Amino acid sequence: MKKNISILISILFFTTIGFAQTADEILDKVDKNMSAENRIIESSMIIHGKRNSRTMTSISYSVGDKQSFTEYLSPAREAGTKMLKLENQLWIYSPSTDRTIQISGHMLRQSVMGSDLSYEDMMDDRKLKDVYSSTVIGAEEIEGRKTHVLELTAKVENVSYHSRKLWVDADYFVPMKEELFAKSGQLLKQTTLSNIKKIEGRWFPTKMVYKDMLKQGDGTEFIINDIKFNQKIPEYIFTKAALKQ
Amino acid sequence: MIKFLFKGILRDRSRSLLPVIIVSIGVLLTVFLSGYFTGVFGDIIDINAKFTSGHVKIMTRVYAENKDQVPNDLALMEVGELKTKLNLEYSEMEWVSRTHFGGLIDVPDENGETRAQGPAAGRAVDLFSPESQEIERMNIGNSVVKGVIPTKSGEAIISDDFAERFSVNIGDEVTLFGSTMNGSMMFHNFIVSGTIRFGPAMLDRGAIIIDITDAQMILDMEDAASEVLGYFKDGLYDTEKAGLISASFNEKYSNVNDEFSPQMFKLEEDAGLDEYLMLADSMSGVMITFFIIAMSIVLWNTGLLGGLRRYSEYGIRLALGEEKKHIFKTIIYEAILIGLLGSVIGTILGISLSYYVQETGIDFSNIMENTTMMFPQVFRTLVKPAHFFIGFIPGLFAVVLGNALAGFAIYKRKTAQLFKELEV
Repeated sequence: MKKNISILISILFFTTIGFAQTADEILDKVDKNMSAENRIIESSMIIHGKRNSRTMTSISYSVGDKQSFTEYLSPAREAGTKMLKLENQLWIYSPSTDRTIQISGHMLRQSVMGSDLSYEDMMDDRKLKDVYSSTVIGAEEIEGRKTHVLELTAKVENVSYHSRKLWVDADYFVPMKEELFAKSGQLLKQTTLSNIKKIEGRWFPTKMVYKDMLKQGDGTEFIINDIKFNQKIPEYIFTKAALKQ
Repeated sequence: MIKFLFKGILRDRSRSLLPVIIVSIGVLLTVFLSGYFTGVFGDIIDINAKFTSGHVKIMTRVYAENKDQVPNDLALMEVGELKTKLNLEYSEMEWVSRTHFGGLIDVPDENGETRAQGPAAGRAVDLFSPESQEIERMNIGNSVVKGVIPTKSGEAIISDDFAERFSVNIGDEVTLFGSTMNGSMMFHNFIVSGTIRFGPAMLDRGAIIIDITDAQMILDMEDAASEVLGYFKDGLYDTEKAGLISASFNEKYSNVNDEFSPQMFKLEEDAGLDEYLMLADSMSGVMITFFIIAMSIVLWNTGLLGGLRRYSEYGIRLALGEEKKHIFKTIIYEAILIGLLGSVIGTILGISLSYYVQETGIDFSNIMENTTMMFPQVFRTLVKPAHFFIGFIPGLFAVVLGNALAGFAIYKRKTAQLFKELEV
């Protein structure tokens, strides 16, 4: 009897370790696909409001998770608006007022351009593995593709979402769906990722649909028109002087 | 008999002084507190009507559901046409558009970069039209601390607390940063024409007031507004009339299946003041009941003491053949006279005190500094015609009830024992 219990405990122990390793491995592969030394993205953001939809185009330059610079190209009202992120700080330049405004505190949780994304969402490019501890909680099929279902819980303090549920494509190791939760367990945001393409040797979703569950409207589509990894980005782009140029 | 009893009351002060004092005090308190509650509740309703709710308010159905978030993407559209219809169909009211907006007020340094910033709680009202009553209605003129009310496009008046905290001076430029009705980023520079302090913290925190035409331009809200407010032209709120107007409007223009259709709310529905209004209505009744009960107990006791003191008098009167019923009747008549006398004195004192507090007010601004509710800073009474007779109800009723209870003792007296008692 004692022998049987020992075997059962050993099986449970090694199974748990096995799942933890698998979850870490999965996150490693996800981070390898989704994170890069640097990248340049040209994108369209379609915001579906209660009354109408708007499309904005922009070009973003980013280096690691510390520096990024975005310039809005259209529509005319937004054209020339620029955002600069350095570490944990964010500045916005408005050409109409010729002002550079620093966004901080609770304003970082506000929506960007009326979209379902907050400034914090845009700023947080950290690798999932650095921020969350993960466990595999199952496997599901989404649109005919097999996925690993991971539950992520924050292991650091300064995170926007305490936990996440992630559906990762079992072949491409790219998230297909994500649910973001508050500490209370309330679902705050939902993201679906699709149009997965192989770009420069990595799989990358080129369409994301974000839905802020606490907001009216039908969500925000983020479509990547062009993405380049590991480019040479001039250092001056990540300075406040570049905002006014 | 009345004249005889009245002379008795005046000449025998020990019979009347204490009851008259008690009735006077009770009536004084009833009249004053009734005026006080009428005044305070009236001011709460008035301040809410002027600043937030109007006498009636129109919003889109979906905006009304989310109004705490100030969702201008759900605001009313084609407001010009709506107001034309309102002016034609409900001409007893004045119709005004207002827009609320949030965001940041950013103060630049000499390089145009952020020196200081704070959250903005913006209001756009009609400041420039010559026929607009908004400046008087919201008491903007009297609330200006420094500078002047904006007189041209591109000017704003901001919270005096904000200006003090961030050393913003009259003529300085500040940037308002927020979202337009369509969700685009909104940046606009305003010249600070003045600073303002209304009193209640919830009105002053991050306050920035601009003209409605400026708001329409910067928030992409041409011919749109967060809400349209209606005010009775005589300035007095009439809940029944407001109810009829809102029911008629909603029947014509509001559609349950169209979340962007307009919906009208009367003051108490919008501001959550239903309970306040009910309380205000019932407060006089509650107080009268309270004083009738309290004073009746006191006067019953006084009557009992008087009955004991006049034990011999009643005994002699009974011995002389006066009927118990007649003695009881004279006690009640005496009580009515005492009640009338006390009520007149109490009403005169109560009205005088109420008038004094109505004119001078009691300043609670220090206590209310951080309150987030729409309360007036100075509490005032309000003397209404009803206060001239309201005190007579408890004044008369309590003293009659008290004496009647005490007077029942007469019926317990036994004629056969009277002479024995009188010997004692």
